[in-house]
Amino acid sequence: MLLQSAVLPDAGWNYFLSIVAVSLYVSGTAVALSTLASLPVALAVGFGDFPGKRAVAAVINTGMGFPSVVVGLLVLLLVSNQGPLGELGLVFTPKAMILSQFVLATPVITSISLSAVESVGEDVRDAAFALGGTDADVALAVIKEARYGIVTAVLAGFGRAISEVGSILIVGGNIVYSDGTSYTRTLTTAITVEARQGRYEAGLVLGAALLALVLGVNWLGSWVRSRGRGRGSQ
Amino acid sequence: MPIQRRRFLQTAGVAATLGLAGCTGGDSTAQETTTTGQSADTGGGDIGDGELVLATTTSTYDTGLLDALHPPFEEAFGVTIKTLSKGTGASIRTARDGDADVILVHARGAEDKFLQDGHGVNRRDVMFNDFVVVGPSDDPAGIEGMDSATEAFATIADSGETFVSRGDDSGTNKKELNIWGQSDAEPSGQWYQQVGKGMGDTLVQTNQIGGYTLADRGTYLSMRDEIDLTILVQGPLQGGPTILKNPYGVIPVNPAKHDNVNYEAAMAYAGYLTSPRGQSIIDNYTANGSQLFFPNALSEEPNFGQYVPQGYSAEQAESLSKRDRQFLYWVDTQVPNDY
Repeated sequence: MLLQSAVLPDAGWNYFLSIVAVSLYVSGTAVALSTLASLPVALAVGFGDFPGKRAVAAVINTGMGFPSVVVGLLVLLLVSNQGPLGELGLVFTPKAMILSQFVLATPVITSISLSAVESVGEDVRDAAFALGGTDADVALAVIKEARYGIVTAVLAGFGRAISEVGSILIVGGNIVYSDGTSYTRTLTTAITVEARQGRYEAGLVLGAALLALVLGVNWLGSWVRSRGRGRGSQ
Repeated sequence: MPIQRRRFLQTAGVAATLGLAGCTGGDSTAQETTTTGQSADTGGGDIGDGELVLATTTSTYDTGLLDALHPPFEEAFGVTIKTLSKGTGASIRTARDGDADVILVHARGAEDKFLQDGHGVNRRDVMFNDFVVVGPSDDPAGIEGMDSATEAFATIADSGETFVSRGDDSGTNKKELNIWGQSDAEPSGQWYQQVGKGMGDTLVQTNQIGGYTLADRGTYLSMRDEIDLTILVQGPLQGGPTILKNPYGVIPVNPAKHDNVNYEAAMAYAGYLTSPRGQSIIDNYTANGSQLFFPNALSEEPNFGQYVPQGYSAEQAESLSKRDRQFLYWVDTQVPNDY
């Protein structure tokens, strides 16, 4: 650690750490919000019995394939000063990036959670009802039962968000302050800057950092899952 | 910024070998939080909401010029600049939507249209350099040393060698299409590849496929170490045709049209770029040992030309050649003889 801070000048570190921080902040917030929005939908669709249920599931699954640049363009039109949300001043801010990644991650998380919820046996639900549970109790019991699948869904959503470049480049503007601190530049958009200037080595280093980040988050996810499993088997 | 990134490259290389995952030092994070604060101790005072959104071309950003220009401005005026680097066309579109406060671009025709539509006010000339036609050093199409850009383009077209076009509505792309329009050749066919990327990207791609492209001298010079392309047709800075001129202008966005823009900071920025201080920073900025941009805002001579849009007079041809004469005057007065 000491060796590194002696060898590495502050400006480079500031640049590097701030883009990592922005990447984590934007994608983390977007995935957290997506998860909050996705679970109720997954539960409602998974347990609901209504006409057009298959169609709704199909629409959610289709959403997994939304092209990120199209989402970016639509969000830009929405938050631009000429757009309906222009008053909020969101354009070229991390909030706009969170919004577009929310749109991208939500179908992924909803769709995979939906499969997890649907795979929970009817007996679990019936048992929860029979024990006098309210709707909320039943939902909690199901979420608990489906937690491995839901963690997988969140990880998939995070993977989609953190590795995405098309939409955040458009709505975030890839901004770095003149002291080298990132405002809306993420690891992925920083790689585009290095690539366009022919500095592939720097781009590769950033790519390695991105991989390390995704690896770390997935490791965290599998740790959570294995811990949950261990407790369940006790 | 390139300086920082270059340092970052060296440092990050070390970091990569030492393992990237767990190297978040506590002192580095402290550094990060303290450097984000902006102070306005050195006169000027805070302007507007303290943030200025600049939409500009990739050439001003990728050459690192803005990294030299912006810190003194931010310090003096307490304004944080957010730079969007996209082509001239995209920058103008961003400003038309009221999403930028000021633009620094290089396509006089599009700038005039922007002003005529009322989106911009108080345009000023800032600096210039020129475009050059670059290609592989063995020059399979044989255009080296031509003194006509249109002839060089037509020769490339006839030879069937690959020409890489920005294809992104940038200032360079507009200039390139303008040259094709004046040449006898049609830019169409497999040899003509539109990549839709910034100047740096386009040079890198052209380099890899061994093709030809039109580049602004600034970006080319700043990237010379990364690529093997050589200048085959010079611009007017070194005796080439005037059609390859490349003047940059700064335009604040009209606050009457877009009431959310930070007009005061935009005017301060335009004032700063065209001030003796801003102009001398531009004059002193070098990359790989070469000056990239030549300031032209300061002049004791009458300089009405910058307020008159291209094609404003009935005798358009005449007014265009005036503009060319003006550009050659800048070259005479600003570019050293031994450049």
